[in-house]
Amino acid sequence: MRLIAISVDPPEINRELCRKQGYTFTFLSDINSEVIRRYDLLHEGAGPDSRDISRPAEFLIDATGTVRWVNLTKSIAVRARPDEILKAVDALGG
Amino acid sequence: MKRRWNLSVWAGFLIVLSALVTYVTVFIRFPATRDFPWASLLIFGAGLFLIARGVGRAYRQPQLYRGKIAGPILLVLGVGLLGFFCFNIFYFLRQVPPSAGAPKVGQQAPDFTLPDKDGNPVTLSKLLDAGAGGADRLNGVVLVFYRGYW
Repeated sequence: MRLIAISVDPPEINRELCRKQGYTFTFLSDINSEVIRRYDLLHEGAGPDSRDISRPAEFLIDATGTVRWVNLTKSIAVRARPDEILKAVDALGG
Repeated sequence: MKRRWNLSVWAGFLIVLSALVTYVTVFIRFPATRDFPWASLLIFGAGLFLIARGVGRAYRQPQLYRGKIAGPILLVLGVGLLGFFCFNIFYFLRQVPPSAGAPKVGQQAPDFTLPDKDGNPVTLSKLLDAGAGGADRLNGVVLVFYRGYW
């Protein structure tokens, strides 16, 4: 199981973030919001300087590429909790 | 006779201020106090109760307590701060797009290729293929879309 984080941030910012926070999972840059749009997650004007950014969202995808669990939060302050994701991952394995 | 400082009013207002500050600095870090801010609402409630008590004192016993002017002002400010807090938590932060077209459970996740932090391209389908057939039964990925770092 791999954790992939995606945002509109360029690779330099992600490098900086990983260095500062010690994150070791994969950070991907979707600068033009292409993938974010394809997943219908674009939050227009919600970033700094009214930039388009991604809304928070989490997907669990199995080895066949099928979505097995989704979390689309209703509030920016509320995110999926680690135990929720782990439960979904466990269900996949069982 | 010198009238006493209406401590209740000022302490209450400080507590209301601390409700805002502690949400941003402390309670936001824990899902249990962030997702529904019950602790902060309790602190707001305690602060407003103290202000209201002080205002009551100032008007019932004006010969004993000060605060007939500061009291109502701080009460209005306190209620305003609670309103600001609730507006943000229960309205502003919930203005997220509906994302009706987001991939649903059972659907194929759209494939993509994006650069990682070192600029190397990463393709979702290749990651999944590389994982398939491995010893790990829990093959797959968790995609976490986030707002960005600023």
